[in-house]
Amino acid sequence: MRDVAVIGFAEAPNVRQTDGTTNGVEMLVPIFRQIFDQTGLTREDVGFWCSGSSDYLAGRAFSFVSAVDAIGAFPPVMESHVEMDAAFALYEAWVKVLTGEADIALAYGFGKSSAGDLRRVLALQLDPYVLAPLWPDSISIAALQARLGLDKGLWTERAMAEVAVRSRAAAASNPDAQLSGAVTADELLARPFVADPLRAHDCAPVTDGAAVVIIAAGDRASDLCERPAWITGFEHRIDSGQLGARDLTSSASAASAGAAAGASGVEVAELHAPFTHQELILTGALELPDATRISPSGGALAGNAMFAAGLARIGHAARQIFSGSAGRALGHATSGPALQQNLVCVMEAR
Amino acid sequence: MSPSPNKHRAAVLGTGQTHHRSKRPDVSMAGLCREAVDRALADAGLELTDIDAIVVGKAPDLFEGVMMPELYLADALGAGGKPLLRVHTAGSVGGATGVVAASLVQAGLHRRVLAVAFEKQSESNAMWALSIMPPFSMPLLAGAGGYFAPHVRSYIRRSGAPTHVGALVAVKDRRNGARNPYAHLRQPDITLESVQASPMLWDPVRYDETCPSSDGACAVVIGDQAAAEAVAHPVAWIRATSMRTEPTMFSGKDNVNPRAGADAAAALWAAAGISRPIDEIDVAEIYVPFSWFEPMWLENLGFAGPGEGWKLTEAGETEIGGIIPINPSGGVLCSNPIGASGLLRFAESAMQVMGKAGEHQVAGARTALGHAYGGGSQYFSMWVVADTPD
Amino acid sequence: MTTPLSAPLEISFDYTRSLGPVLSQFMTGLAQRRILGSRGADGRVYVPPAEYDPVTFSPPEELVPVGPEGTVLTWSWQPEPREGQPLDYPFAWALIRLDGADTAMLHAVDAGAAAAMQTGMRVRPRWAQERSGHIRDITCFEPAGNEADGPAAAETGAVVPEENRDAVTMITTPVRLRYQHTASAEESRYLRALKEGKVIGQRCPACGKVYVPPRGACPVDGVPTTTDVELPDTGIVTTFCVVNVPFQGQRIPSPYVAASVLLDGADIAFQHLILGCEPDEVRMGLRVRAVWKPPEEWGTTSENISHFEPTGEPDAPYESYARHL
Repeated sequence: MRDVAVIGFAEAPNVRQTDGTTNGVEMLVPIFRQIFDQTGLTREDVGFWCSGSSDYLAGRAFSFVSAVDAIGAFPPVMESHVEMDAAFALYEAWVKVLTGEADIALAYGFGKSSAGDLRRVLALQLDPYVLAPLWPDSISIAALQARLGLDKGLWTERAMAEVAVRSRAAAASNPDAQLSGAVTADELLARPFVADPLRAHDCAPVTDGAAVVIIAAGDRASDLCERPAWITGFEHRIDSGQLGARDLTSSASAASAGAAAGASGVEVAELHAPFTHQELILTGALELPDATRISPSGGALAGNAMFAAGLARIGHAARQIFSGSAGRALGHATSGPALQQNLVCVMEAR
Repeated sequence: MSPSPNKHRAAVLGTGQTHHRSKRPDVSMAGLCREAVDRALADAGLELTDIDAIVVGKAPDLFEGVMMPELYLADALGAGGKPLLRVHTAGSVGGATGVVAASLVQAGLHRRVLAVAFEKQSESNAMWALSIMPPFSMPLLAGAGGYFAPHVRSYIRRSGAPTHVGALVAVKDRRNGARNPYAHLRQPDITLESVQASPMLWDPVRYDETCPSSDGACAVVIGDQAAAEAVAHPVAWIRATSMRTEPTMFSGKDNVNPRAGADAAAALWAAAGISRPIDEIDVAEIYVPFSWFEPMWLENLGFAGPGEGWKLTEAGETEIGGIIPINPSGGVLCSNPIGASGLLRFAESAMQVMGKAGEHQVAGARTALGHAYGGGSQYFSMWVVADTPD
Repeated sequence: MTTPLSAPLEISFDYTRSLGPVLSQFMTGLAQRRILGSRGADGRVYVPPAEYDPVTFSPPEELVPVGPEGTVLTWSWQPEPREGQPLDYPFAWALIRLDGADTAMLHAVDAGAAAAMQTGMRVRPRWAQERSGHIRDITCFEPAGNEADGPAAAETGAVVPEENRDAVTMITTPVRLRYQHTASAEESRYLRALKEGKVIGQRCPACGKVYVPPRGACPVDGVPTTTDVELPDTGIVTTFCVVNVPFQGQRIPSPYVAASVLLDGADIAFQHLILGCEPDEVRMGLRVRAVWKPPEEWGTTSENISHFEPTGEPDAPYESYARHL
């Protein structure tokens, strides 16, 4: 199997609201320029493009089609799209490079969550016959999951608040983060519930953003990047969509994806956890020891650009390797309610 | 053409599809998918437990009002604990689904991959979904027909084709559909006169030259060499795949002979070792939602030179028994569950080389083309399958 | 430095969903105030029924009655209900394991206050007066043990004799979503110029082509278009169709001519309406001019130009627009 590495990453500033359109072009054009400057590549060097986005975020059928304008896709390019977080677009790109049909591939994701009522739109991810007609919003679903763990003694509200404290502190070093700063668990716990048992700090913010990652095979990766983040494991799994039929306090799909990808021994884990208790579930599922640095970028709690945040976790993990801060790192992405589907990408320096 | 050192051999082990209808009120979305999936597994002699990964393809979520339906479908597709991807490349998505599923096997990641594409568009209304205009825009959009009919006019002008050519395609495809037990529209008695008498919808495209709106699904099981050798029946070896994209609109775009389609075809023929498609391809299932796309795609794909495609149609050479049978299944003109239509072309091409096309079998078909396009003639995906690996 | 234009966009449809055999039984049961679960191969009872068993992937062998009462396994509080949710005043969401079920179903509990909710409490369904075979036939759940209500009790958890109902095979689920749609900066400049009666295109700095309406980036080069170019409101029809078919959401009465109009000085055509002649008089190459609405009706919209009409000039030669087809 070919050796493939992540060699570049850029993300748009994670903000509550951009003036741009839902087709993402305004967020993508600058970060494409950044990543090409970073790597010394041009768009003509990219052998395969793959994007992740959602029509429902935009309220437009085919919203990803206009995003193709940002590529400059003429002469025609080899390109594809998943209606999922762009971490899965990166997966499709990695597969393409493995087949030998491309040596350099670029994955991008974007989401303008501010255009609609995100937590309400996400109700449409649920069973269309017995759940979606009740419009259970995404925060309420996560809150149900949180209480299950609280009741079982698997975590506490204070432990959840500590996750938020660490996220904001870590995000201070991430210029693209939306939320950052010093705050204490006591301060956070004094604030009211937004969806008992969740408080505002337990939930990722609503974010407009975009991200882009470039991967390259073998010698090309070594030529283009001083310390490529070599992909040693790239796996994803999905659990049942029936919320009441699986154990929501653990994530079987995260555990099996992590085990298959070889998550053990990572020094850094960038986790796509839009809720504080979900970070606790994931560290357990991925069997990450306490010494592991979790989401030094601040993670999704510091900025959650839908359909780009998972890709951004992989990008941030790769950056730890680019900078020499870590020898082995993982990026995780999730899709669906209550951690239904999970992807793990393990990378290492050589 | 032997595979590159990185690319493993892949073959279609089985295909399945639903009875396509304007409405399938007897099934849920999961039931619709399973009808196709169960037929594909039976065709391949396999169970869902034999599948290592699943790829779902579907056109805009707005058609069914379900966001990311692969999440809801995970149980129905036997995806629990497995990798599941969902691709969306507009109308070509069915083709992209086949290409991505093939890539998973070609990359050496999985032994057996299930590709499923579906649309249950009767849950809403396809024309409504395709005509939603954002604010500030002129509300001119009249669905896909209104978008493509002007380009049909351009083709007729550019090629000098006689104006009955579109109707000839409609007659052929609807009669072919009558030989296909799964087709939505099956019209054995359709004639040139009846087509030309049908109402003009978007001049120059008539009612009988237009695809229906269908509920339907298609499933294809793709396996590696070991999996192919383990089944007791002929398989369809995937010789090559290709995908190309160009922007929907740009200055100088050729809407009649899009460059992305021509480039995808050139790459496909090169990878498959084919130098004269009209001689070396025995049958082609191509995406023809409006009848005039048959001559247009014959040129775009390289079966005929520019301006010459209509001559093959007019001479009857695209009938079953002609030198290049096109859409013996009846094609998109007979059944159009939008998300599935591309995969149906890929599946039907495989059925031909597997000898499983029943009454619409092209005798002796050994090498076939499956083709799909989508968006504003911007996404193109295609493959060549054959009865031998190389 | 002006902010881009934005306007509300509503996506609304009443989806009609066919249920298939398993869910049909479940929904028919709801109309009869019965809750059914499916028994899986491992003996677990799934509520709502699993159309396909998560373990064996097969349809269930049988559906069995469960409940009507159940136990709250977990809950959360909804202080500000959103449109479409079961109640329009604060309520709890809960995963409820009905008696006889092994899995939990999600629904609302009308508890009055968060303080009244606790894991492990017993609840029973409150049935809607009018039931059609839909998950909303259960309006919500409520704490069990309110035996005091007389007539209301008959509508809640008490076992009721089976009513004869025709099998329910379809449900209707309205989906209405509201968005704030934002035009790009380039499109906003174009729309603001239209309000002044001008047509502004944009030139790409890389290829030099003039796009109208302008786009966020030149599709060929992937760079923002930067230079405004004022264009005349005359041009030609490159190609067109005559739309005869009515469709939901259509605002222009058919038949009408939808044409690609290439303005003089532009390098790409855009879609507009041709009036001022019979549809069968429209030709490829026809010279046209814009017909504007009265200035007092102008807004930031392409609709300021009501339509294009023939100018009467000779048609443009085919070669002059052939590469725009």
